[in-house]
Parts: sequence; structure tokens; C-alpha cells
Amino acid sequence: MISYFHPALILIIGGLILPLLQSTWRSLLALLLPLSALVAIWSVPDGSHYSISFLSYELEPYRVDKLSRLFITVFSITAFTGVLYCYKQASSKELSAALVYAGSAIGVTLAADLVTLFVFWEIMALASTLVVWSARTSTSWYAGMRYVLIHLLGGVILMGGIAAYSQETGSIVFTVMNLESMSAWLILTGFLLNTGAPPLSAWIADAYPESSFSGMVFLSAFTTKTAIYVLLRGYPGTELLIYIGLFMIFYGIIYALLENDMRRILAYSIVNQVGFMVCGIGIGTELALNGAAAHAFTHIIYKALLLMSAGAVLYMTGKRKCTDLGGLFQTMPVTCICGIIGALSISSFPLTSGFVSKSMMTQATADGQMLVVWLLLQAASAGVFLHAGIKFPWYVFFQQDSGLRPPEAPLNMRLAMIFFSILCILIGIVPGVLYQLLPYSMNYIPYTFDHVLVQLQLLLFSGLAFFVMLPWMQRTLTISLDIDWFYRKALPNVAQMIIRLLSVAGAYLGTGGQKITGIFSDYIMRLYGPHGALSREIQTGVVVLLVVLMLGLYLLFYLITI
Amino acid sequence: MTMKQHWLYLPATRRKLWIAGIAVLVLTVIAELFIHPHAYFLIAEFFGFFAVYGFLSCVILVVIANLLGWLLKRKDDYYDD
Repeated sequence: MISYFHPALILIIGGLILPLLQSTWRSLLALLLPLSALVAIWSVPDGSHYSISFLSYELEPYRVDKLSRLFITVFSITAFTGVLYCYKQASSKELSAALVYAGSAIGVTLAADLVTLFVFWEIMALASTLVVWSARTSTSWYAGMRYVLIHLLGGVILMGGIAAYSQETGSIVFTVMNLESMSAWLILTGFLLNTGAPPLSAWIADAYPESSFSGMVFLSAFTTKTAIYVLLRGYPGTELLIYIGLFMIFYGIIYALLENDMRRILAYSIVNQVGFMVCGIGIGTELALNGAAAHAFTHIIYKALLLMSAGAVLYMTGKRKCTDLGGLFQTMPVTCICGIIGALSISSFPLTSGFVSKSMMTQATADGQMLVVWLLLQAASAGVFLHAGIKFPWYVFFQQDSGLRPPEAPLNMRLAMIFFSILCILIGIVPGVLYQLLPYSMNYIPYTFDHVLVQLQLLLFSGLAFFVMLPWMQRTLTISLDIDWFYRKALPNVAQMIIRLLSVAGAYLGTGGQKITGIFSDYIMRLYGPHGALSREIQTGVVVLLVVLMLGLYLLFYLITI
Repeated sequence: MTMKQHWLYLPATRRKLWIAGIAVLVLTVIAELFIHPHAYFLIAEFFGFFAVYGFLSCVILVVIANLLGWLLKRKDDYYDD
């Protein structure tokens, strides 16, 4: 029997072939690839399916169990729906990058060893950067540069951790880590960087909203959720994660409340939602871990839905700011209704997918009698409705009529949104379909009269608070400072100051001194200046070539050793 | 501009929506008389706890956000050079 075909390679190789095809075949292939990955993952039994000897290590790139199957299922469904959403509108480069990106996320999820995991982790960083760049604007170019630098930094930390780990234990098997060694801390740091954990949370709201109208749909689905997957596998029950998660939850709410750009509101709310999952992983009971995994599943779907709705508005109007939008429900009813369904799901309204997933984590804190965490999670649930559940639809589709009368989004975009809306409600009504996919068996019933009632009280009164506080929520033409201020403003200013100081010192010291400081500042400019060796801009083409080369080598190596 | 205003924006509709909304809020609280929530913590046993807590949490979050906004908000072309 031939060995099973690896779902990640289906998407990566297929994605790379894509730009070579004629447009009809390209669309067809782009839609078929994620579906084949889905079929592939459901047609193999649990267990590790390949093993490759590499130096003195065993690589196991294809480990299937309930947890990895859960994530790959939602990854491939989302890749499919994302392609459906944009195959007519997006460039072939974007589709190609998005599929390679999805494939690499699946590769991380299937990797049972840290080396394979790392390889796919880095492909994911590069492919997602290409997706950010797909908007082909100068803002997306710079945002993508900052994005890739942060992720390469994360990659270096992760690599350091993996090297130390293999040195310490003599093994590269990816399993539960304990935080007694430096290596486990480094690996944790690398993983956390991709969740948007503090202090580096700003990259999500910096880069994602600058991608194309459809690019953000893909971006929201994979990077942060593979990070959740690896944390679920490597660090369940790590208490620190509870506090990191809580910080992310409230960071997301506060920044989203301050924000005016609808796509940045949704970007901050990614950090907020991922915070719930990180917190659930930190709690670490079977119910909490199931909750985190389920929440990743439902969140990918409703966040993609919200971003498709926002993307449709951006595509039809070219506008992203709440101050420019409003009243769109009149001419974009489907986009509006789908957006509202996404908004209700993220708010965990009963009968939507968010209700059946998030409640597991709050229940776990109640079971563990963790009063403070429970209170904070309840407050945060109310806050989610406030910052995403009402704020997004209200300012985009209702509030004051902006006078914009854009036509409804194209058919393929509407179909994608309707499909995900149905999924949100289906999971909300029949939670069993999701529960049976979860890693631990459990006996949890989300729909009890009292649970529905208290959730409705919590949410509806948050809604009241929104409308009572509406004058306080006045949109302003502003952004909010974050840690990225240090590398976007402070550091460049310091560098400028040093150069200026040197030239002043040179003038003061006369010709001799000028020569010395001149040489010094020239040297700095040569290395770090706009065209310096250490900051030369790499062209997209070169990066693509590098990715292709890397993949080629990987594949070659794969075929030789198989 | 003479754009016909959608009925949803009419003041009369707005008033009706407020009345309907408040009626629903009152109903969810009254329902607690018939469905007693399972309180996992002492504090949650108060009548209407979740209603009050949801409302207050949001008010506090908005106030905190506004206070931080004083410190953090910049014009949205702040980073454009």
C-alpha cells in the first residue's frame, strides 16, 4: 500500500503550481486543494504515518490524533471557504500564498517532532507575510516588513529552544514540556509570540488589517490558531498561561473600544479571543482544554465570517473607518446579516457556536472554584459583546446613515459568508457535532435553562450599557499607541539623534574630528542605513524564490529518504 | 440631498425599539423568579447578579478605555512619514 499523502504537501505543492494555470483551472484547483486535504485527513487512521531518519533523529511529519484532526478539519474548511470568498477577486499570487500558508499551518499541526514543526513554522511565517503583502500598497509593504521581522525573531527564539531541548534530552519528540529547563521556556516564548501574547501583541493589529480585503480572512485563521494548537499539546495546565490569557483578553477589549478602523477592531478582538483559549489552556482541566480546542474551532469560523463581512464592505466601498461608514444594511443586507451572525457568535449568544465553546472554559473555572478568574472571564464575556458583538455591526451597518449605497457583494463572496453563517448556527444548535471531535470525552451540556438565562442577562445588559454609554464611544480619527511605538518611533528617532550628534561633534572638532565621526557615521549608514547591508529590503520575488528553494530542498530530501 | 430616510432611522421606530429592548431586559430578569440559576459562587446568588454584573463590567471597561485613550490616542496619520 502506498503511504498516505501528506495534507500539508497537497496544499503547499498545489499552491505553488496554482499561478502556472489558466484562470478557470486555477479557481477549480484552488477550491479542490483544501477539500482534498480534508478528505486526506479523514481517510487515515490515528497514529504516526511516516518516519524519516534525519542525522540521528527520527522525523515524524504525519501524526494524526483527535486534536490534530480537529484543527486540520477547521483549517481546511476555512481555506476552502476563504478561496470561495475571493477566487474571482484575489490575485493568483494571493491565492497561491494563502494555500501555502494553510498548508504550512497543517504541517505544524501534523508534526510529531520539533524539527518538522519548525520547518513548517517558518514556511508559515513567510507565506503569511506574502499574504500581508498581497494588498500591494506601500502601507502593507511596511506592515509586512515589521510583521516578518517579529516572526523571524520568534522563529530564532523557537529554534534556540529546540536546539537546547534536543541537546538536553537527546530527543526532538514534541510532547508535553515542563518549565524546569531554559529550552522549554524558549520554546514557550516562540509559541506565545504567535498567539499575540504580551509584550508583542501589536503585530496583529498592525499587519493584518493592511492585507487585501480577503487576505485578512486567511491571516486570522492560521497563525494564532496553530500557536494555540502547539500550546495545547506542549503546555497544558501551565498556570502562567492563565494570566497571560487574561491580559490578552482585556488588552483586546480596551484597544478595540478605542479603535476607529473596523478591521483593526476585529484584529484586536483576535487577541481577545485567543486570550480566552490561552487562559483555558492554563486552567488545564480536561473540560478547559476541550473548551480551548473547541473555541479555536468555532472562533476560526466566526472570525473568518466577521472578516468576510468587513472585507465585503471594504471591497465594495474602499472604506475601513467607522467614521466613514454606517447605514450599509440598506443595500448590503446579506453582508449585514452574515456580519451580525458572526458578531452574535463571537459574543457567545445562545444558539450560536461561541456559546457552546466558550462556556466550557468558564464552567471549568467554576468547577475549580477559581472565583477571580471566573469573575474576570464573565466581565470579559460582557466586554466581547461590547467591543465586537455590537460595535462592529452598529458602526458599519447602522448608526448614522453615511449616505453610501454600495451594491451587495458578488455572489461567490455571499456564498462563502452564508456557508459560514450556517456553520455558526449549526454548531450552536447541534453542539454534538463539534463535541465528538474534541480530544477528551466529556459529559457537558451547554443548554440548561439557567445557563441560557444568565448568559442572556449578561449579554443583553452589556448591550444596554453600549447604548447608554454611546456618547462615550464617539469615534475619533485616531489610532492607539502600543509597544510597537518603540520600534516604529522611538528607535528610529534615537538613530537619527545619534547621526545628528555625530555631525555636530564633527563640526565642533574641526577637520580631523570630522573625518573620524564621518567614518563612524558612514560605517553605521553602510550597515544599518536605508540601503545598508543589514536593512536592505528584500524583494517579494526573492522571498518567493527562497520559499520555493526551501520547499524544493525539503521535498527532495523527503523523496530521497522515503 | 433628498435621500429617503429608511424607516429604521425614524424617531418613532427608535422609540419603539427602546421600549421593546427594555421590555426584553425586564423579562430576562423576571425570568429568574422561575428559573433559579445554579450559583457556583456565593456572590452569584444575588437576584439579577448577571444583569448587574454585565452592565457594570461594560461601564467600567468603557471608562477605563476612555481614560487610557487620553494617554494612548494619537491622530491616525501619526506613523505616516
